[in-house]
Amino acid sequence: MAAARALDVVVDIAGIPLRLRTRDPAFSRMLRERYASFLRTSAPPRICQLDIHLTPSDRPPADADQDVRVTRRSNRWRFERGDFVCEWDPRWRRGWIRQSPNPYSVDSVLRILHSLLAAAQGGFLLHAASAIRNARAFLFAGLSGAGKTTIARLAPPDVTLLTDEISYVRPRAGQFWAFGTPFAGDLEHAGTNVSAPVAALFLLAKGDLTQSEPVRPVEAAYALLRNILFFATDADLVRPVFYSACEFVRRVPVRCLTFVPDPSAWDLVK
Amino acid sequence: MTPRYVARSPAIAARLLGDEMIVMSARDSTLFTLNPVATEIWQAADGRTPLADIVQARICANFEVDPATAYQDALTLVEDLAARGILLLSDQPIPSAPQP
Repeated sequence: MAAARALDVVVDIAGIPLRLRTRDPAFSRMLRERYASFLRTSAPPRICQLDIHLTPSDRPPADADQDVRVTRRSNRWRFERGDFVCEWDPRWRRGWIRQSPNPYSVDSVLRILHSLLAAAQGGFLLHAASAIRNARAFLFAGLSGAGKTTIARLAPPDVTLLTDEISYVRPRAGQFWAFGTPFAGDLEHAGTNVSAPVAALFLLAKGDLTQSEPVRPVEAAYALLRNILFFATDADLVRPVFYSACEFVRRVPVRCLTFVPDPSAWDLVK
Repeated sequence: MTPRYVARSPAIAARLLGDEMIVMSARDSTLFTLNPVATEIWQAADGRTPLADIVQARICANFEVDPATAYQDALTLVEDLAARGILLLSDQPIPSAPQP
């Protein structure tokens, strides 16, 4: 039993620790390496837990490009894609994943699960790069190709990168905070595991001129909702995400940042 | 004229941002923005007040428009919003409607 528990990996993202339980030493090692900056050595008693059941790796390759299906039956959530099946019971904060021994399936499950956990706390996961400068966080939102990785690569040395792909936003002490995540984009390395209150959200657009303009609140809400990572279609969960997004644009300045890909883009990030 | 009653659908979520109302259908996550007239009607749609009274108190009082035209435009608007599942429209009061 003690040997089995030694393979457990506790990954703490945005202050939410999650125990990943596997019996496979190689898979446990892979998890430790992949989430190295987000590991916890001790865990609270009522911690979230996912049991990982690995299927033989010589099975035919699964279709990772298939769309994710997230459904709720009574109180249990089910996430399905070609390469994994996961069930999650929010009452007991327990679940399981069935997947082949690869890092991508569990990473996708973590993104989906955290999108649900964040929603329950008034937060959300966002297609956005994020970074801390002068103890304040800045978000740079946009779908694939908008320039998230580009703006992250251009960051000056005084900037701490939280992620170049998926930002984690949730309220704390009356403010929205951004947290580092291990969910990497083209930069291919995890963000820094730190957090700060959000000072601004920039909606990214590449252009011939670097400039930043304010965005009308309704327009900002549309853009924010377009970029929120959320897979569930359940009305009871979609509604709080909508309210969280509206609350965010009420409190946080939202600007459109058009930029040419050179370091001067960061002159407007203050 | 048969009185018409309007109420907010329970299957939506809405917030006033600046001076514009953003509404989301919780059924399919479609987003709508209401113009100022639609926002006035939305805010008064309690399922108990006849549409004609809402138009008189909220539209004619705040916008330069004659009552007959205002009512006809409002009816067209609420029929459209009802067809989109944002408002409920009935010839009878709607007692269980979500209150403003």
